[in-house]
Amino acid sequence: MIEQLNQLIEQLLIQTAPTVPSIQQVVFVMLAIPAAVAALMVVLARNLFHSALALVGTLFAVAGIYALLEAEFLAVSQILVYVGAISTLITFAIMLTRGMMYGATSPLNRQAGTAIMIMGLLFAVLSGLVASMPWPENLVALETFSWGIFSNRITGEAIIASLGQKFLTTYLVPFELMAVLLLVALAGAILLARDRQ
Amino acid sequence: MEQWSESLFNLLGGLGLPQEVSTIIALAVGALVLASVAPVLALVLIWITRKVISRMQDRIGPNRIGPFGLLQTVADALKLLSKEDIRPANADFLSYALAPILSVFGVILTVAVVAIAPGWIGADLNIGVLYLVALGSIGIMAALMAGWSSNNKYALLAGFRVVAQLLSYEIPMVLAMLGPVLWVGSMRLGLITEAQSLNIFGFNLGLGWFVILMPGMALIYLISALAESEQTPFDLLEAESELIAGFHIEYSGMKFAMFFLAQFLNTFFLGAIGVMLFFGGWQGPFVDQLPILGVFYFLIKAFAFYVLVMWIKGTFPRVRVDQMMSFAWKVLVPLVLSLILWQMLAMKLFGPVWLQYVAVLAGNVIAIGIVVNVLTSHFKQEQVRTKRAFGPKSLIGTMQPYAGD
Repeated sequence: MIEQLNQLIEQLLIQTAPTVPSIQQVVFVMLAIPAAVAALMVVLARNLFHSALALVGTLFAVAGIYALLEAEFLAVSQILVYVGAISTLITFAIMLTRGMMYGATSPLNRQAGTAIMIMGLLFAVLSGLVASMPWPENLVALETFSWGIFSNRITGEAIIASLGQKFLTTYLVPFELMAVLLLVALAGAILLARDRQ
Repeated sequence: MEQWSESLFNLLGGLGLPQEVSTIIALAVGALVLASVAPVLALVLIWITRKVISRMQDRIGPNRIGPFGLLQTVADALKLLSKEDIRPANADFLSYALAPILSVFGVILTVAVVAIAPGWIGADLNIGVLYLVALGSIGIMAALMAGWSSNNKYALLAGFRVVAQLLSYEIPMVLAMLGPVLWVGSMRLGLITEAQSLNIFGFNLGLGWFVILMPGMALIYLISALAESEQTPFDLLEAESELIAGFHIEYSGMKFAMFFLAQFLNTFFLGAIGVMLFFGGWQGPFVDQLPILGVFYFLIKAFAFYVLVMWIKGTFPRVRVDQMMSFAWKVLVPLVLSLILWQMLAMKLFGPVWLQYVAVLAGNVIAIGIVVNVLTSHFKQEQVRTKRAFGPKSLIGTMQPYAGD
């Protein structure tokens, strides 16, 4: 795997060194560096609220990368769901737990070693996956890519329409299960929060 | 707008710049022009607010600086700029400084998808409506940041209040926006506006507004938009007459002004979105023959909405916090859900378009009728209960309210 990685890096160096980077590459770097820095801040910040804010920053930058990949629907949904709902919820939870709001907390606890190990493994697996993937060279190759995912690439408005159709045909069961799961969570929250008399 | 950026693009290409660089410059100039509309607009909005409110309170309002006092806001902005920038001790500097910027940022991004006239739209995104909904969440985050970083208990509590109100009313607002989206079958704001034409013998009257088709949805949208823009009767977040301020209590000078700016612009743009979704946007008589008329139609409608909001601000009392929450969750959300469900059924069940039209309209009118009826009897009962509990016996059975001892 390390050999493959080295090969990939060499290939990248050969590809990028003599040519001027395209605008997409510049924008990608402008998005990827903040995403990575903010992600590091999430785990390393001494103040929990700062971690939550850094998480919002990461999600924003990732949404930008989705937009760069012409997946506007995914990008906007990311902001709507993760920035709008989930981050607000996390921030709320942090704010309501007294003692965590102000003052520094150590980002390291007993599980730090295990977590670093697992994350290292995950990183190795993902980078191996990226390295072993036969990436198409250009857009024309992408259209006829044999992997199957890209073979029928649709763009623009058709993405949303086909998304809706897939939800109600191929992925009907998971979609409905998700709805039931949300309902269960809602009922559970009401049960936990109501007055006990 | 596209022609302008096209010509700029060609000009830059003529200067010998690479194609990608000139694309970026052309887009950036377009974005800058659109974004700088917003602060100028805010000056006008603040002037309108002051004039309308003054007239309602039998005053004249600003009339010294400039014609009709138009430059008063400029003078105020200069004053705010020259004020000392006070930072509370132990405030979290980064979030404290970032929060006002973020709140304005979220609102100004709205301009990109506003369709001013046929073809005049910054970016006709195919996810336009969803984009607008996503922008609303940035404002919530800004309020939370401001409340927390001020290092003030009251600001923090106010931040919680803001999030509770905005999240509650976002649900009926978004679901009401679904009405036109379902009917048109697209989330493009340009397309939704175009769909609201009314052709009679090939002549576009431009009066096929969705408010006629779905008055219930439009009403729910307007009520939720009032709550989202923190205006009366939902301005309990910053009850100017009795509380000092909401989450921005610790802000002063230009940072305070930015929250102010964001609120005014948000009010206007929520009205403008309502105009695009329910009141035909730039549609109107003769707009096909003379597209420039569309700009006037759109601006007239949008400003009419703003004046309406100010009218409500000048005349309505404020709701209590429990009334605000229960109105959102017990009235608006079930109502809008049933309307959406009915619209979906009507659009699938009935074949001819006119039948769908009648069914949706009837559903809206009946639903509103039922809700108004139920609410009326509820408030009557509440009044009777209040009288039984506190008032003298003679008041029971009369329409006279109990005024206290």
